[in-house]
Amino acid sequence: MTAIQETPAKDAGAGVRREALYFALRNGKLLAGFGVVAVLFLLGFAGPLVLEAADPNAYGSQPMAPPSGEHWFGTTTFGQDVFAQFVHGLRTTFVVGALGGGIAAVIAMAVGFTAGYRGGLVDEILNMVTNIVLVIPTLAVLLIINAYLGVRSVPAQALFIGLTSWPWAARAIRAQTFSLRTRDFVALARLSGSSTRKIILREIAPNMSSYLFMMFILLFGGSILIASSLDFIGLGPTEGVSLGLMLQNANQWSAMQLGLWWWFLPPGAGITAVVGALYVANVGLDEVFNPKLRET
Amino acid sequence: MMLRLDNVTKVYKVGAFGGKAFAAVDGVSFDVRQGEVVSLIGESGSGKSTIGRMILGLTSITTGSITVDGVPVKAAKEYYRHVQGVFQDPFSCYNPVFKADRVFRMIKDSYYPEVSGAEWDERVRSTVQDVRLNPGQVLGKYPHQLSGGQLQRLLIARALLLDIKLLVADEITSMLDASTRIDVLNLLAELKERGLGVLYVTHDLSLGNYLAERTVVLRNGTVVEMGLTEKVFGDPLHPYTRKLLAAVPRLNAPWEDAEPTGVCRYHAAGASGPLLEAEAGHFVACARLGDCPR
Repeated sequence: MTAIQETPAKDAGAGVRREALYFALRNGKLLAGFGVVAVLFLLGFAGPLVLEAADPNAYGSQPMAPPSGEHWFGTTTFGQDVFAQFVHGLRTTFVVGALGGGIAAVIAMAVGFTAGYRGGLVDEILNMVTNIVLVIPTLAVLLIINAYLGVRSVPAQALFIGLTSWPWAARAIRAQTFSLRTRDFVALARLSGSSTRKIILREIAPNMSSYLFMMFILLFGGSILIASSLDFIGLGPTEGVSLGLMLQNANQWSAMQLGLWWWFLPPGAGITAVVGALYVANVGLDEVFNPKLRET
Repeated sequence: MMLRLDNVTKVYKVGAFGGKAFAAVDGVSFDVRQGEVVSLIGESGSGKSTIGRMILGLTSITTGSITVDGVPVKAAKEYYRHVQGVFQDPFSCYNPVFKADRVFRMIKDSYYPEVSGAEWDERVRSTVQDVRLNPGQVLGKYPHQLSGGQLQRLLIARALLLDIKLLVADEITSMLDASTRIDVLNLLAELKERGLGVLYVTHDLSLGNYLAERTVVLRNGTVVEMGLTEKVFGDPLHPYTRKLLAAVPRLNAPWEDAEPTGVCRYHAAGASGPLLEAEAGHFVACARLGDCPR
């Protein structure tokens, strides 16, 4: 017993970070999930710079060619290179996901934490706003906005998605905050002279960090899916290319019936891989942040 | 007079539209002096924890005033330098995702940013030893790796790192086993020796008796009896106090009827009203005290 007694107390803040990193680097799920996302991310951001073809939508001389050394993912009915489209599409997808999901997450956290921690009248008002946005038929509004305003750029699309997809997340954060703020450690933090902002950021948020990250992943994935659906029904950005647009074109030109599987499989798999890998990473993150779930 | 409560009331709005009012604490006045332990006794829902939270500025006061050395309660950093609390459930007082000794770190960050890391570590270690814990065994651990008694004593150590004058101990022993309980009580007795005022909130009469100079008995948010502990316990005047005392289990004695005998020594059961001084320093809520023969 005497041997273990003299462990010096370490610097607490740095210790937590070092420890999180220690467990993060030993978590297979986290590494695998982030690995897949990182590969696709690099492909989307570095790929277009490396590829020779400047315009992924340029018509080529070999229509409907299956995958080969020349065209890794084959070509479309018009001879466009599917790999070039896929790489450019990934970039658009990451931009829409990060921007749309990011905007929604920021709004959701601001509204959820404030309503949950403050309670009372503030909560009533914020809750009312949340519920109103929640019952707005999002897709219909996005359709109208896109069709009426004719806004067809990727950032604008992401902004619209972000501004309409936060309510469920805000409600979830509010409910969690409600239950956490009555815990004694919040009272103790107040007795330690912490401000409300500090209590939310340092006491309440860390308790739901994996939850918040999962929320971001869901919003990220949701934004990609909404953007893909908008693209698929022809209300996406008119210029450029996205994974949803690829699916739309493949559908429009009967890729399925013609047996051009290499046209629709990569974009579908790309969307699934990004969202799926983020889910797996989240399970791993939960284990890293929650000491009780660690296997040691 | 260090802590002073003057006609403190806490009213909650209840009902579907907040139409009804419920007084959790109703016109409570008492004080705690320096170097004195006052125990606040009452059943669940009597408002004793609400009083504790109001003193700590965690719950707002509806009417009346609470002052510490003449300064009204303020949920501010400077107030908490002198007034601290320890709560009932040690397991809920620690943020489960951080190590337990983070509570000390927070004190340093807020109140002693100028103290060097090494000096602070030394202070923490000696304070942890003061509460009879082995620093090597408790520091650097997560809350779920420590026992309730260790966690509770760490919280007392946390309060001692500050220059406190008043400690609100809200049922701090109710989650502890019997032997640890005595250790924690001895610790409170030491604090008293140091000149601290302690408000010991409890529903456990025997423990209140062990520690406190004075006792305040609370029922439905009002004080029914208060005074020196030996007077209140030795010569209980209010029927509710007598009922409480009768409910304490005793070894080798048959269980007494927990119901009050029906009539207090002075007055019919259930009477309440303004506090009257039955004898020097012994107050009881009984409207007809003066009419009754001793």
